[in-house]
Amino acid sequence: MSDLNKLGLAEARDALRKGDTTSVELTEACLSAIDAADALNAFVHKTPEIAMERAKAADERIKAGDAPSMCGLPIGIKDLFCTKGVPSQAASRILEGFKPEYESTVSQNLADAGAVMLGKLNMDEFAMGSSNETSVYGNAISPWRRGNDDTPLTPGGSSGGSAAAVAADLCLAATGTDTGGSIRQPAAFTGITGIKPTYGRCSRWGIVAFASSLDQAGPMTKSVRDAAIMLEAMCSHDPKDSTSADLPVPDFEAALTGDIKGKTIGIPREYRMDGMPDEIEALWAEGRKMMEDAGAKIVDISLPHTKYALPAYYVIAPAEASSNLARYDGVRYGHRAKLSQGDGITEMYEKTRAEGFGAEVQRRVMVGTYVLSAGFYDAYYNRARKVRALIKKDFDDVFAQGVDAILTPATPSASFGLGEMTDADPVQMYLNDVFTVTVNLAGLPGVSVPAGVDKQGLPLGLQLIGRPWEEGDLLNSAFALERAAGFVAKPAKWW
Amino acid sequence: MLDLTYDAPKPKTIAGAKHDWELVIGMEVHAQVSSKAKLFSGASTQFGAEPNSNVAFVDAAMPGMLPVINEFCVEQAVRTGLGLKAQINLVSAFDRKNYFYPDLPQGYQISQLYHPIVGEGEVLVEMGEGVARRVRIERIHIEQDAGKSIHDMDPNMSFVDLNRTGVALMEIVSRPDIRGPEEAAAYLTKLRQIMLYLGTCDGNMQNGNMRADVNVSICRPGDYEKYQETQDFSHLGTRCEIKNMNSMRFIQQAIEVEARRQIAIVEAGGEVVQETRLYDPDKGETRSMRSKEEAHDYRYFPDPDLLPLEIEQAWVDEIAANLPELPDEKKARFIKDFGLTDYDASVLTAEVEAAAYFENVAAGRDGKMAANWVINELFGRLKKEDHDITESPVSPAQLGGIIDLIAKGDISGKIAKDLFEIVYTEGGDPAEIVEEKGMKQVTDTGAIEAAVDQVIADNPAQVEKAKQNPKLAGWFVGQVMKATGGKANPKAVNEIVAAKLGL
Repeated sequence: MSDLNKLGLAEARDALRKGDTTSVELTEACLSAIDAADALNAFVHKTPEIAMERAKAADERIKAGDAPSMCGLPIGIKDLFCTKGVPSQAASRILEGFKPEYESTVSQNLADAGAVMLGKLNMDEFAMGSSNETSVYGNAISPWRRGNDDTPLTPGGSSGGSAAAVAADLCLAATGTDTGGSIRQPAAFTGITGIKPTYGRCSRWGIVAFASSLDQAGPMTKSVRDAAIMLEAMCSHDPKDSTSADLPVPDFEAALTGDIKGKTIGIPREYRMDGMPDEIEALWAEGRKMMEDAGAKIVDISLPHTKYALPAYYVIAPAEASSNLARYDGVRYGHRAKLSQGDGITEMYEKTRAEGFGAEVQRRVMVGTYVLSAGFYDAYYNRARKVRALIKKDFDDVFAQGVDAILTPATPSASFGLGEMTDADPVQMYLNDVFTVTVNLAGLPGVSVPAGVDKQGLPLGLQLIGRPWEEGDLLNSAFALERAAGFVAKPAKWW
Repeated sequence: MLDLTYDAPKPKTIAGAKHDWELVIGMEVHAQVSSKAKLFSGASTQFGAEPNSNVAFVDAAMPGMLPVINEFCVEQAVRTGLGLKAQINLVSAFDRKNYFYPDLPQGYQISQLYHPIVGEGEVLVEMGEGVARRVRIERIHIEQDAGKSIHDMDPNMSFVDLNRTGVALMEIVSRPDIRGPEEAAAYLTKLRQIMLYLGTCDGNMQNGNMRADVNVSICRPGDYEKYQETQDFSHLGTRCEIKNMNSMRFIQQAIEVEARRQIAIVEAGGEVVQETRLYDPDKGETRSMRSKEEAHDYRYFPDPDLLPLEIEQAWVDEIAANLPELPDEKKARFIKDFGLTDYDASVLTAEVEAAAYFENVAAGRDGKMAANWVINELFGRLKKEDHDITESPVSPAQLGGIIDLIAKGDISGKIAKDLFEIVYTEGGDPAEIVEEKGMKQVTDTGAIEAAVDQVIADNPAQVEKAKQNPKLAGWFVGQVMKATGGKANPKAVNEIVAAKLGL
């Protein structure tokens, strides 16, 4: 077989089981593709030895007829996941040289399912960003371009390296994490599928924390079926994470019938934003029609507190982050600033954190510290928590009215050029998350499906939001949308 | 249980230069939960281990590590709450208290600010017979301890030991109901006693397993009563918190010293500044701990890594049903069932092991006599050698055996003391020792009469004198006791001597 790296998980799995190829061949194809794609800056720590070792072991298991669900399938792991003995630095200077002595539950689950880790993927520093531009490794670059314009584009963020790697066929799939849209936005920007499961589905243990009440891991894949396969392998109840749900993990792939007849799809009117590009509007309308044609009942719904979601998110997430990032102090691991004669512990903290954290992380730590400080707590943090409860109630109400899934655009625009937002107000960048943060605030599952291209040929995605714990049903709706949209575009190789 | 009524003790009064002042004290007691593992990790809590050997990844705040509550620690907090007759909150929650310090790896302490696991309770603090202060408990919450920074091992570096990091503490917060240094010490002693009964804290103050932050303020006589009526703190003076005290003696000194400092300030027309202070026992003064510009804003917020802690009423009921008898109840029962004095009952119930020892001795015997022997002979002897009751070489059965021999009239009280010393130093069964060593009391009147007759026959001059002066009969009694090796029943000897001398 040729171009093995271009396969998706399901195709590769089937080929492996039929004996058409081996994990070693698949892995070698991906490793070659990775080595030829340094221009994308997607993989920031390559682990070819681990990959080959696991590939060989996988081939043995396949031969022995003992192949678990992802046996022999080469994937990339976002740098936010702690991987034993492998640099895991959340794309931050402050974790320079950090090699954990432990493996995150999710990456361990994947390894247990037989997946082959190719290396660690670029991302925004501590997952804070929407363009991968805050990474200490430099930004990952999207394999997509605007027609013949060679302006480098963002793969989105924070899981930008994962998106670029999957879209450019450097791996079959990748892990991402999503705190406010960090799986779904880059998936939409790069024409791939990404799902953030219900909060509590994937263990957070061993994933560097950004905002603990919002963070969830999820797969970034080349198809909805692949997302179902990989999500199932990632999920588990983990006693090491108190917020992990003690629920059985269903067979998500089995839910993919493509039949959504009789399902009710809600179209929230509050997601129609002022100044939204016509192309996004048109894509959303097409999506609505596709779902309708597939037999779903379409209803217009209202999620009245949507407009407060972004401000609430940008209070809650930085508040939690300011506390979660306090442990990076130069005392025990990672970067420690060189000190001058006479410097004490305060200088060590200040210099270490000033050098170790980039500008966006510093901004969020400052914002978070501010909103939690005495005299402001009620006005900001507590109020944001109340807003969050209202947003969750908005969703509960429409689900109670019989809505099975909600269809929205995934992002307010297609991918933009790297550096184009550098001088903009940070809030402009935060607006990228406007359609996705509500889902994190409400703890719901959300999936981004590639559904079309803009006039410059860049991918656009639609988002489906599901009921809590019903990822199978949500993925089936996504599967129907994927079939109807028939998105097949691939970036032309320039790297 | 006896319904004991108590009078409130008089508050401590300090005479200032201008007038008298009273003290108002509230305490925050940090008690380490007796648990083998830490509050949110499986690491050991063993004291005195090699530095940084009892540290799990989560204790060192490694990236991505998450806390998981130790259910045993929760149970101990509930037990303690029940022991203090406090409200148990079925839903509580953990908050983060944020500050930077090298011995606090997470950069925050996980505590319970907004929703503590235990609410209001009460501790009866006895200050002598029939006198007691009722100290209200505001709350008990569970939280993580910090590690230890060591600054004096190297001229250029500080060292950090994370063994204590994450160990479970109960913070027991009182209302400002304590009115003097002695009351403060008595309150702490009582808390310690209750927790030792419950087994929830080992009470070891020297190791820092129990320590207190003491809030001290002063007020004019009469003002405290106004506060009591209204619960309005403006009637009280501004308080200062003396941090981290782990000696009963220093706590009392520090309260007195701090109160005098505040009195001097106020009488000089100044104002007490609310702040945290440290007591320096060498200099006998308290001093300010941190300057204002470094005043902490702890930015408390609910810990998103932990779900609210929900416990079942049935579980609480089960813990309550298995609670041991507590000091107040035990003392009341000792008074009622054994006819003990208030004082003896207090002494015997001070430690649960001593109370159990006493009960074993007293079972089926005269309670007062058992109390006298345990308190006067046993405790006295143990104290001489600095032993505690658990180290007693005399078992309750042995001591009971000695008391039985007295009761039967086999030995006199005086011989019993000799016997006790033999049992204490050499061991053995008291009855057998008495047999072997021929220590049995002579109650055979024939033998005593013979001995009396002999003494009278040998001392005719003394007999004449005694007839003039009956007080001299005692001399004959002494001679008879000597002749019988102290084994003659003294009562019988007295009677026979008197009869023979015709007195």
